[in-house]
Amino acid sequence: MRSNRSGVLRAAAVVAGALFTASACSSGTDSNSASGGSSGSSSPAAQSLKGQTVEVAAVWTGTEQTNFKKVLDAFAQQTGATVTYTSTGDDIATVLGTRIQGGKVPDVALLPQPGLISEFAQRNALKPVPNDAAQLVDENFSPDWKALGSVNGKLYGIFFKAANKSTVWYRTAAFKEAGVQEPKTWDDLLKTAQTISDSGTTPVAVGGADGWTLTDWFENVYLRIAGPAKYDQLTKHTIPWTDSSVKQTLTTLGQLWGKQTLLVGGTKSALQTTFPQSVTQVFAANPKGAIVYEGDFVAGVISGETKSKPGTDAKFFDFPSVNGSAPSVVGGGDAAVMMKDTKGAQALMKFLATPEAAMPWAQAGGFTSPNKKLATTAYPDEISKKSAESLVSAQTFRFDMSDLSPVAFGGTPGQGEWKILQDFLRNPKNVNGTAAALEAAAAKAYKG
Amino acid sequence: MATPPVSKLGRVAASPLALLFLLPALLLLGALVVYPIGYTLVRSLFDASGGRFVGLGNYIDMFTSSATRTAMKNNLIWVVVAPTVVTAVGLVFAVLTERIRWAAAFKFVVFMPMAISFLAAGVIFRLVYEQDPDRGVANAVITSVHDAFGSAAAYPGARPRGNDVLAAQGKGYVSTRSYGPGDVAELGLVGVPPQSLPATAANAVAPTAASGGLAGIVWLDFSPGGAGAPGRIDAAEKGLSGVSVQALQGSKVIASAKTGNDGRFQVSGIDGPVRLRLAESNFKEPFGGVTWLGSALITPAIIASYVWIWAGFAMVLIAAGLAAIPRDALEAARVDGATEWQVFRRVTVPLLAPVLVVVFVTLVINVLKVFDLVLIIAPGSVQDDANVLALQMWRVSFGGGRDQGLGSALGIFLFLLVLPAMLFNIRRFRQEQR
Repeated sequence: MRSNRSGVLRAAAVVAGALFTASACSSGTDSNSASGGSSGSSSPAAQSLKGQTVEVAAVWTGTEQTNFKKVLDAFAQQTGATVTYTSTGDDIATVLGTRIQGGKVPDVALLPQPGLISEFAQRNALKPVPNDAAQLVDENFSPDWKALGSVNGKLYGIFFKAANKSTVWYRTAAFKEAGVQEPKTWDDLLKTAQTISDSGTTPVAVGGADGWTLTDWFENVYLRIAGPAKYDQLTKHTIPWTDSSVKQTLTTLGQLWGKQTLLVGGTKSALQTTFPQSVTQVFAANPKGAIVYEGDFVAGVISGETKSKPGTDAKFFDFPSVNGSAPSVVGGGDAAVMMKDTKGAQALMKFLATPEAAMPWAQAGGFTSPNKKLATTAYPDEISKKSAESLVSAQTFRFDMSDLSPVAFGGTPGQGEWKILQDFLRNPKNVNGTAAALEAAAAKAYKG
Repeated sequence: MATPPVSKLGRVAASPLALLFLLPALLLLGALVVYPIGYTLVRSLFDASGGRFVGLGNYIDMFTSSATRTAMKNNLIWVVVAPTVVTAVGLVFAVLTERIRWAAAFKFVVFMPMAISFLAAGVIFRLVYEQDPDRGVANAVITSVHDAFGSAAAYPGARPRGNDVLAAQGKGYVSTRSYGPGDVAELGLVGVPPQSLPATAANAVAPTAASGGLAGIVWLDFSPGGAGAPGRIDAAEKGLSGVSVQALQGSKVIASAKTGNDGRFQVSGIDGPVRLRLAESNFKEPFGGVTWLGSALITPAIIASYVWIWAGFAMVLIAAGLAAIPRDALEAARVDGATEWQVFRRVTVPLLAPVLVVVFVTLVINVLKVFDLVLIIAPGSVQDDANVLALQMWRVSFGGGRDQGLGSALGIFLFLLVLPAMLFNIRRFRQEQR
């Protein structure tokens, strides 16, 4: 997904992407059919799709592809259908776009952004979710997920995989040294940070060289201050960025970002710190910080780039509530959509809405299901269990706002929201100027 | 062999056979060069969607946007500085390598960066310029040189808790109340990591009043695990040793003292109330190196990486030119009593001028389209400050802007800038062939 990648890697990916898109279209197809001999447990009625082929396309490669194929295997086992998986690589919009034009679409695709659901739905490339699957969505998912998968009131997407971006990671040793507990509210967080600073460790690492980390900070605070209704309005730009809720959010962020002693290296250094560096600043040997905020994928960076262990050396707490806000989660997710109305596709959509579908991947790790019927005991470790619990139990779930905005505003290094929030990090007193700049950039981007 | 028919203009007249042979080249040139240029020109007159004709609107947008103006300013800096420095460095290397024994090895090393792609070179320099001296080699060198001349303070970042005992003054702290002889001053500080205390640090002990002087303590007012109470000397809290304490009367220092291992100090020789100051020298932050990738230094930093890559190219071309210079001219100058500097300045450089110009112009063309180094080295937070036209073109057309009309306009503008340098080079080649 777009957001968990440093600037350098992004640049490299641009070049590499140009080289590899051609090959990504053709390669990566892999089929797994039901193993005929090993059945016996599955009922004969369910084996009704024998001989049918279902093609599924998604962005996943590598380990994620292996784990997703476990899910598809389970489906093949149950129904007898032959399932082929096609990996589109990162740029699924382009790959599916060309396939729609060419009239050769996969039966089911998993889209990483709600924006794509509405884009493809408006091009009439998607089939509405069949009734029996839609009923499962009502039973197994919170209304927020259903709303995210719907376009003009019609349900197109079933969210299968979710990401929790409301997790604040901390080094347990630093908390112990300072004698502090996981904060529950924003004020607690500030107090905790101050105490950690008193103990001699600079508390908070911010990866300000990557603008998207700052948008995630903003979105979490904004959802808590303004509430979901205004969050949606701001996402659609029906209220201006000069709204008082935006200014209040910036002021709140300024309470933390404005204190040089609370940020690792001060703001000047934070602006040079990429996201992976901000994680290593907290969790590598000779740590400089104690707290770093980003989504659940931080666990992967910790175990990949440092010797710290998520769950023991590194833990997270839910993004603290502001002014008594209810538990809320900002995040992302991949939704299954049906592109062909075949029996196999219908059965697969229905399957993906069940907790049984989420089980194999949940057990394998690196996966969070938005399905509230999935028992959290399915997760292999405490961290992913806790992340899934806060995701499913959150009263409000909202999709990452910058991922829903026009790319020029919410997704481009050096301009739009990324750049303006970086300027704000440089000068956190400039609340009004920042709000005005955000509004000017948004007005331009939403118009185009 | 029969001479081909010659036209009035002195060129070979086109025969059907010649056209046939030229056809593949013409087709390729047309499809790959002429058509794209023409289409870019047309596209630059349309809006982002490509459907609406906007005339010169994109060009007006382009020249009124502050991002483009920064890009133009940076391009100007690049064009003035980079080719000059690269040519100069190349010239120096070329002349010097003529004189040394391992010339080939030296040239090989200087030329090696040319073998690295710009992308890889950019990644390398992004690391070189890293702020943290533990990661960035540039700052590692600078901070170790700096530290060799002056040592860092003992307790960088230490500060009072924010209660009323000490107030900030500059980067040091002054007590808010006055102390007289026989008084006891307890000055608590926080923000010192326990592991950075000296090994000799002893537990803080509340000082007792001294006769004739002022007794006090500077200690770390934070017990491990946060158990202690603020402002009180708790059991496991350590004294801060070696802190210099000054006694002030008005703003004059009348006495001073240093704290011992347990943080205690005594100021003697005072007769009236004094304020105590913990001088700035105790808390000076260690030198963190230069912010290479900040908005101020980013363009010079990227230009330096460009010089690193291209110096070898300039050196090789100039060395080839140097080899072609008649030796007797140099010898004659030396016989006439010219110093080596005069030989270089008055003989070598003028004879090399044509080569130097070719190198310079080639570099100008190359510098105008610089893109990858800037994209990779500049962090997103300063990309605007480091912007150049080619990067701006990519940003507006692909990198989020999605306005290929405006991007085409920028492309045309860039093309017009490169054109004079191109024509100049082509003319030179023609002249040389004649």
